[in-house]
Amino acid sequence: MSKLETSQMSAPLPPQAIASGHEGNLRDQISAYGSRLKNGEMGALPAVGALAVLTALFASLSPFFLTKLNIANLFVQAAELTTLAVALVFVILLAEIDLSAGVTAGVAMDIFYLSVKAGMPWQLGVVVALVFGALVGAILGYFVAKIGVPSFVVTLAFFLAFQGLALVLLGDGGLFRVDIPEIKSIMNESLPIWGGWALLVIMVGLSAGMGFWDRARRAKQGLVNRPVSILAIKLATITILGGGTIFLLNLNRSQNELKPIAGVPIVIPFVLALLFLGNFFLDRTRFGRHLYAVGGNPEAARRAGIKVGAIRIAAFMITSSLAVVSGLFHVSRIGVVEASAGRSIVLSGVAAAVVGGVSLFGGRGKLIHAAIGAMVISMIDNGLGLLGLSAGISFLVTGSVLALAATIDALSRKRSGSSTLRS
Amino acid sequence: MAEPVIELKNITKSFGPVDVLKGVDLKAYAGKVTALVGDNGAGKSTLIKGLSGVQPYDGGEVHFEGQAVNIHDPRQASALGIEVVYQDLALCENLDIVQNMFLGREETQNGTLSEPTMELEATQALQSLSVRTVKSVRQKVSSLSGGQRQTVAIARSVLRNAKLVILDEPTAALGVAQTEQVLNLVRRLADSGVAVIIISHNLVDVFKVCDDIAVLYLGRMVAQIETKKTNQTDVVGYITGTKTYEGSK
Repeated sequence: MSKLETSQMSAPLPPQAIASGHEGNLRDQISAYGSRLKNGEMGALPAVGALAVLTALFASLSPFFLTKLNIANLFVQAAELTTLAVALVFVILLAEIDLSAGVTAGVAMDIFYLSVKAGMPWQLGVVVALVFGALVGAILGYFVAKIGVPSFVVTLAFFLAFQGLALVLLGDGGLFRVDIPEIKSIMNESLPIWGGWALLVIMVGLSAGMGFWDRARRAKQGLVNRPVSILAIKLATITILGGGTIFLLNLNRSQNELKPIAGVPIVIPFVLALLFLGNFFLDRTRFGRHLYAVGGNPEAARRAGIKVGAIRIAAFMITSSLAVVSGLFHVSRIGVVEASAGRSIVLSGVAAAVVGGVSLFGGRGKLIHAAIGAMVISMIDNGLGLLGLSAGISFLVTGSVLALAATIDALSRKRSGSSTLRS
Repeated sequence: MAEPVIELKNITKSFGPVDVLKGVDLKAYAGKVTALVGDNGAGKSTLIKGLSGVQPYDGGEVHFEGQAVNIHDPRQASALGIEVVYQDLALCENLDIVQNMFLGREETQNGTLSEPTMELEATQALQSLSVRTVKSVRQKVSSLSGGQRQTVAIARSVLRNAKLVILDEPTAALGVAQTEQVLNLVRRLADSGVAVIIISHNLVDVFKVCDDIAVLYLGRMVAQIETKKTNQTDVVGYITGTKTYEGSK
C-alpha cells in the first residue's frame, strides 16, 4: 500500500469522502432500504408478507390454527423442510440444483439403520450417514465441476438410481422401526422450560454481541456506523418474536390433563444453530464470499484466482450432508426408515428456497430466506390440512405460490438488470 | 531515459502454421500511457495474453523492471504486478464494490473477513484516483453504469499495487461523458507511477491520453513513437500498412 500512502500524504483526504451506505439517521436508512426494494432487491419481504397473510387467513378460517398445540406442530413440521431448504441454498446460490438431495438423505438413513442393526452405536451410525452424504456430494460436484454434466441431469440420474438403491438395501416394500430414544426425542420431545429461556438469552446475546463487535471494528478504522437505533430495533424484534414464541411453547399444550406437554421442541435449537453457523460461513468467510462470486459470475471469479471447481464441489458436499441431517429429523419424526423416503420432499425444498427469495439464477439469497420460505410452505400444508381440504388442494396452492415466487424472482432480476442502463 | 517497467524483445507466437507475432518489441515506462493500436488480426490480443500469462509466448525475451522473466500463468503475472482490465470487466454484479475490488484476495482475521479494513482500503484506492462518480462503496455492481464499472475495475488494479496495468478497449462501450471520466482516470493512474498500456481502436482517445503509440501491423511492431511527434493521419497509415515509419528524426 506504499503508493496509496504516498498519495495520501501529498493530499490528505477525509476518510469517508465516498459514502458506504452506513451514513445518515434512521430516516435516511429507511429511505435507502426503500430504494433498494424498488431496485428489485426484495429479499425475503414477499415471503414475510405471505406468512402474515396466511396466518390471518387460516386463523380466521380455522379455530384450531392458532392453538398452542398446532403452533408447536407447525414448528416441528417446518424443521425438516427448513433444514432441507437450507441445504439446497448452497447449490442454488451457484445456479445449480440438486434433485437427489431427498433420496440421498433417504439412502443415508437406510445405511444408518442397517449399521445400527449390525451392532454399531447410533452415534457412529449418524457419522457414517453424514460421511455418506458428503461422499455423494463430492461425486455430484465432480460430475458438475470437472466433467461438465449439467447438475439437473446428474442429480436426476442419482434421484432415480438412489430410489433403486433404497429398494435394494431395504427390500421391496420395506418399512423398519428405528427405536433409538435419542433419535426419536429430537422431533418428539421438548426442552425443559428453562431451556427455552436459555435459548432466547443465547440468541439475543449472540445477535447483540456480533452487532456491537461489528460496530466497534468499523469505529476502529474510523468508518461511519449506522445509527445504533437500527441495531436496537433488530434486537427488540428478536426478543419480542423469539420471546413470544418461546412463551407460547412453554405453556402446556397437551389435550390430556394427566400428561402435560410443554417446552420448545428439541429440534428448534438444532435448526437455529444450523442457520447461525451457515449464515456465519456464508457472510463472514472467504469461502462464503467465493460461493456468491461463483454464483454471480463464474468467469470473473476464475479470473480473480478463485478455484471455481473446488467451490462447486464443496457446495454439493454441504448440500448433501445437510440433506442427511433433514433425513435424520424425518426418521426421528416418523420413527421408521422406508424405501420411498425423500422422493417428494426435495421439490418442496427447492420451492421453499425460491419462495423465500433465493434466486434460481444464482448469487442472490440467504439461508434465512429459505427458512422463511419453508415456513410458508409448511403453513399452507398445515392450514389446508386443518380446513379438511385434500392433499390435492395443498399441492395446487403450493404450486401456485411457487410460480408466483419464481415470477417475482425473474421480474426483480430484470429490474435490477435494467437499472444498469441508467448512466 | 529511465528503465522501462516492461520490455519485450523479439516476441514470437504461432498457432499451428499461422505466425501471429513475428518478432515484436515493446517498451512501457512507469508514469506513461502507451497505446497499443493495430487493425483486427494484427496480434494485439495475442501480445496481451502473453503478458498476462494466459497464453505464453513461443519465443523472445520479456524483461520486467530489467529482470528477464518467463510468464507462464496468470498468478505469476499478478505476483509480478501485472494487472489486466478486460473489456468485459469480469465483475460480479451480485457483489458490492468493495467485495469486487478484493475478490480473490480478501483480507481476513482469524479466518473471518475484515470488512472494515477492506472498505477503508477500497475507499482510499478510489480516492487516490479522485473518483467522484461512485455514490457508495457498498453499492452492488449491478446498479452501476458502464463507466462506473470500468472505474471499479481500474481501481482494483490500484489496490493490488500493480506496476503495469493493461486496459483492453476501456472506452469501447461508453458514452461521451463516461469516456472522458475513464480517460482522466487512466491519466491519474499513470501519474501515480504506474505503467499503463491501453489497447484501443479510437485514435481520438489515444491522442488525448497516451504518451507513446505502438503500432502492430500483421504481427510486427511497425512503429513505437511519442504521441507528440506524430499525427493521426500518419498513425492510420501505419495501422493500415499504407505508410512506413521511418524512425524518429
